[in-house]
Amino acid sequence: MNKHTTANLKAQKISGGVATDQRHDSAHKHVSGTAVYIDDMPEPSGTLHGCLGLSTATHATITSMDLSAVRAAPGVVDVLTAKDVPGENDISPTGRHDEPVLADGKVQFFGQPIFCVIAETREQARRATRLAKVEYKELPFITDIGALDRKKDKLVTPPLILKRGDAAAAIKAAPRRLKGQMRIGGQEHFYLEGHIAMAIPGEDQDVTIYSSTQHPSEIQHMVSHALGVPSHAVTVEIRRMGGGFGGKETQGNQFAALAAIAAKKHHRAVKIRPDRDDDMIATGKRHDFLVDYEVGFDDEGNILGVDFMFAARCGFSADLSGPVTDRALFHCDNTYFWPAVHAQSAPLYTNTVSNTAFRGFGGPQGMVAAERVIDEVAFAVGKDPLEIRKKNFYGTSDRNITPYHQTVEDNIIHRIVAELEASSDYARRRRTIDAFNANSRFIKRGLALTPVKFGISFTATHYNQAGALVHVYTDGSVHLNHGGTEMGQGLYVKVAQVVAEEFQIDIDQVKITATTTGKVPNTSATAASSGSDLNGMAAQNAARQIRDRLTNFAAEKYQVPRDQVLFLPNRVRIGNQEIAFADLVRQAYMARIQLSAAGFYKTPKIHWDRDKGEGRPFYYFAYGAACSEVSVDALTGEYVVERTDILHETGRSLNRAIDLGQVEGGFIQGMGWLTTEELWWDDKGRLRTHAPSTYKIPLASDRPKIFNVTLADWPEASEPTVHRSKAVGEPPLPLGMSVLHALSDAVASVADHRICPRLDPPATPEHVLMAIERLKREAKGSA
Amino acid sequence: MAKVKTRNEIRFILNGEDIALGMVAPDETLLDWLRLDRALRGTKEGCAEGDCGACTVLVGRLSAGRLVYESVNACIRFLGSLDGTHVVTVEHLRGDGEKLHPVQQAMVDFHGSQCGFCTPGFVMSLYALWMRSPEPSDAAIEKALQGNLCRCTGYEAIVRAARAISSYGKAAKDPLAAERKAVTAKLAAMKDGSRIEIGAGKQRLVVPADADDLAAVFDNEPGATLVAGSTDVGLWVTKHMRAISPAIFIGNLDGLCAISEDKGVISIGAGVTYSEAFSMLAKRIPALGPLFDRIGGDQVRNMGTIGGNIANGSPIGDTPPPLIALGARLILRRGDKRRTIPLEDFFIAYGKQDRRPGEFVEAVHVPVPARGTKFAVYKITKRRDEDITAALGAFFLTLARDGRVADIRIAYGGMAATPKRAFGVEKALLGKPWTEETVQVAMGEYANDFTPLTDMRASAEYRALAARNLLLRFFVETSGTKVPIQVSRHEAA
Repeated sequence: MNKHTTANLKAQKISGGVATDQRHDSAHKHVSGTAVYIDDMPEPSGTLHGCLGLSTATHATITSMDLSAVRAAPGVVDVLTAKDVPGENDISPTGRHDEPVLADGKVQFFGQPIFCVIAETREQARRATRLAKVEYKELPFITDIGALDRKKDKLVTPPLILKRGDAAAAIKAAPRRLKGQMRIGGQEHFYLEGHIAMAIPGEDQDVTIYSSTQHPSEIQHMVSHALGVPSHAVTVEIRRMGGGFGGKETQGNQFAALAAIAAKKHHRAVKIRPDRDDDMIATGKRHDFLVDYEVGFDDEGNILGVDFMFAARCGFSADLSGPVTDRALFHCDNTYFWPAVHAQSAPLYTNTVSNTAFRGFGGPQGMVAAERVIDEVAFAVGKDPLEIRKKNFYGTSDRNITPYHQTVEDNIIHRIVAELEASSDYARRRRTIDAFNANSRFIKRGLALTPVKFGISFTATHYNQAGALVHVYTDGSVHLNHGGTEMGQGLYVKVAQVVAEEFQIDIDQVKITATTTGKVPNTSATAASSGSDLNGMAAQNAARQIRDRLTNFAAEKYQVPRDQVLFLPNRVRIGNQEIAFADLVRQAYMARIQLSAAGFYKTPKIHWDRDKGEGRPFYYFAYGAACSEVSVDALTGEYVVERTDILHETGRSLNRAIDLGQVEGGFIQGMGWLTTEELWWDDKGRLRTHAPSTYKIPLASDRPKIFNVTLADWPEASEPTVHRSKAVGEPPLPLGMSVLHALSDAVASVADHRICPRLDPPATPEHVLMAIERLKREAKGSA
Repeated sequence: MAKVKTRNEIRFILNGEDIALGMVAPDETLLDWLRLDRALRGTKEGCAEGDCGACTVLVGRLSAGRLVYESVNACIRFLGSLDGTHVVTVEHLRGDGEKLHPVQQAMVDFHGSQCGFCTPGFVMSLYALWMRSPEPSDAAIEKALQGNLCRCTGYEAIVRAARAISSYGKAAKDPLAAERKAVTAKLAAMKDGSRIEIGAGKQRLVVPADADDLAAVFDNEPGATLVAGSTDVGLWVTKHMRAISPAIFIGNLDGLCAISEDKGVISIGAGVTYSEAFSMLAKRIPALGPLFDRIGGDQVRNMGTIGGNIANGSPIGDTPPPLIALGARLILRRGDKRRTIPLEDFFIAYGKQDRRPGEFVEAVHVPVPARGTKFAVYKITKRRDEDITAALGAFFLTLARDGRVADIRIAYGGMAATPKRAFGVEKALLGKPWTEETVQVAMGEYANDFTPLTDMRASAEYRALAARNLLLRFFVETSGTKVPIQVSRHEAA
């Protein structure tokens, strides 16, 4: 018996099973600085360092590129250009061949990588990069989509149309109708750990890459294409990222490919870690949108028909713009039943960095547009927006068909909102705020309660699969591996809880290991909030296979029926006797039972026909709601969030502590997106907000002064998900809409709530003040 | 002047180890040295511009003989500026036996980390807070975390942890507290009155022995880069890769770090940090307290100096407008010669100041407002804390007995190429009754005084509008309003 194990054989419950507040598996390492991120790994001797040379033109052909001074600079070993890519000079994740590793002859945005300096030190590489002399012939460029024709101008990927009923006719026939446009800003991920890749050459064609990525399999594929070698030659590993948020779903490809190319060329390890500014300039962000909407409604505020055009600034290549703009359309209903609806996307080409995945993946933008429509109707009919929201919610047995013809089967938004409305004391505070505003000349308060419904599953059905690998060693300890990546969201610990639960062993007996393409192949990105749903099920499947083998073995060896083999905490009851789990494992090993299993899972029921715009793209929906109150300074537009109440559900949670962190963090991130986070391009097409000094994510002092976050304890997943839990990564982000609408409500008070403020996000103090001034002018004009 | 001794190495303590370095490049950062030379990789690089706090470490130093530990950003702190200090990184934290330190255990138990990358920086900021304030208010916690960005948690869990630290251990029993005497003695011994000179040519740095020595050194090498807190010069290196050799490090120099009051004038030495100036200024000129709370985060306030904020001539520095409004005067020194000028005359044009070769800012003299005068300063930013000014207005008003404006000085940052007085507005107010009507008329003068720019922080239109509205705010606040007219994070903090 292994003397190191101190498993409690009398325990009533294992430690760290499902539905416990197990802490993050790396928490003790995070706080002591011993959690190893890629830049913290010991470097092989002779490691070289890369730095990307970025375009200084926005749209141009390169007429000459003199890199002699770069090559001559101290420490420089090589300068890679497009011709040094041995395989395909393309890292387009969707196979559209529109995104070169290094631009070849033509640049399409300011900051596009055109060469890569390889030097003995990172500092030398960075210094040398600045010595390049590149001349350009400038071409006309487009950075803003405002002037573009959504139907005629260049798209990066085919648009999507969703329709149900005849929206145009419904709007035309409606007693009242209105139309408008809103601009929805983009968002920089600002993961605290920037992009990084370290490539270590192996024998033959082999290379191992440590990449800060949410999608090791894609890195593997892109590197193999760029090197022109089979996938089997490329191994990608990632233990943890310092944040991802979608920004590391495809955007690590460039750094990994270049590190691998240089590593194979020079037979030395190569690390590329861009400076924060380069990271922010050269990698994609959340899509910003211009949404045109038209809505028909009646005097009571019942919405009868809606038409949306979602135009997105996609940047110079498709990247994930197709599925992102699709998901915006999938969420243009939020929690509302549109009796007749037409929604279309326009994924427009621009000379900006190619926009990419960001937590919510277009969904939040769709929901923000839906909530604008609600606001417009509420102001038009002179009712509290919350009343209009509730009036137009999806039904539970009727009025429950989405614009993509999926039936909403699990609707719990009525109860969520009712409970939150009561716990936040909405009605009383509404009256208090109205009274306050009537007597306050300079400070205006605002209140809003906004709901969330978020569809769970990759809309590309084939991504909804996952693999896991579980080994049980002869001492009873378990090695766990799966295709999901850890970016801070607590996926690793949740999956470990699932495995501990299956075997009924304490979680410290389960070793969580780095994600690598060598153990679990052909994985999907850790994205779409799917991490626990998919990988938890795959790991459960692997553990069950082993447990079944152990059960069969025990039943046979001890001559008892299978149902008399019970896995109890750290032990197994076989008939009338109990033996330690580790003892059974050792006996099984001696009897030559396989103690390793590859698990697999694919989400059932889902399908999607994009051409028809019909199907069931989502396995289920996750729900929540938030109520926020703000104070606004009508002289400067400055504001504070006085209070936020959230009621969110994650089904029967695997880990409420982790889920609470996701809800709190998601809300704040969503609030930041809609308030202070502003991306600003100058008239030359240069992004000028490319560092934390100019791009402002929320601070601790931006939290609501009172912040009540509750996970609903009553819902459970309507589908047989892993332990009936529900996804939590993305759904809380749009809870931040409550702050935008509270600000809008405060602004509206300067015109007696008679005019819809049309406050576009990000609602910076500037945008708030300008909206106040506009409303004052309009109120005066209409008086 | 007596000839000073020279020494060719810097000495400091790193965690528990005595360090003496004879080879230090002037532009080598503490962060790179920790991570690359010392393989201490718990301290992270998030932005390399002193904004995100992932690289937060503590630097202990003797301030008037007393050992103080302050959080700083290692990414923009130059190694050469560390002589006579105790550098404490996350690797030095420990609890009893093999346990985690109380700060660390609280962060674990309250789920204060998610991706973990910012976490060592948060731990260090909370450690600094806990040592000086074991039972901090929420306002104190938020202030201590202004310089730390977290993208995962939404901060709530971190704040919960911060409130609970003292239930995990006593600050008085912390190893750094227990070792205070020994470290103090060691640091005192390091201060041997020497000038430090290291390197030559493009790799040269000097740490003068004191202010007089600085005068001598700079007179001799007027082309040298003066580095005080390095919260700006640090970025010249990390972001722009500019050469700064020869660099003269003037932080913590005797004779340059004093703040004192004499006959109603506060003298602030050029090496005085925001943190050091805070308590006196917040007491004597209360309106400056809230402003200082919104300059950078603790890490920046612990490094950055008021002298540097003036000397670098930025149009968006936060201290020149209020100091101009208060009628501050600047003491410039070259060798043994000094001259005094009104602060506002120092700023000639964008990037151009009235500083002659070999001359340095030695001190700024700030008159304490007389009883009955009214002074306010308002900073407008996209994000409330740790943000760079979009527009900042400072107002200093003296009313005559009859309620007329006897004197008014209004200065703005962010509205022109330099910090600038609003002369037209002042003229429209002077001699008039201090009423809203007068103010509304004067607000019309802003368009003549300022033609602000549009940039990533704000549009010209917003700057113009908000700047103008600040005068109205000042009027209302000085006219006996009972209710607050600004939004605030903490009532009566």
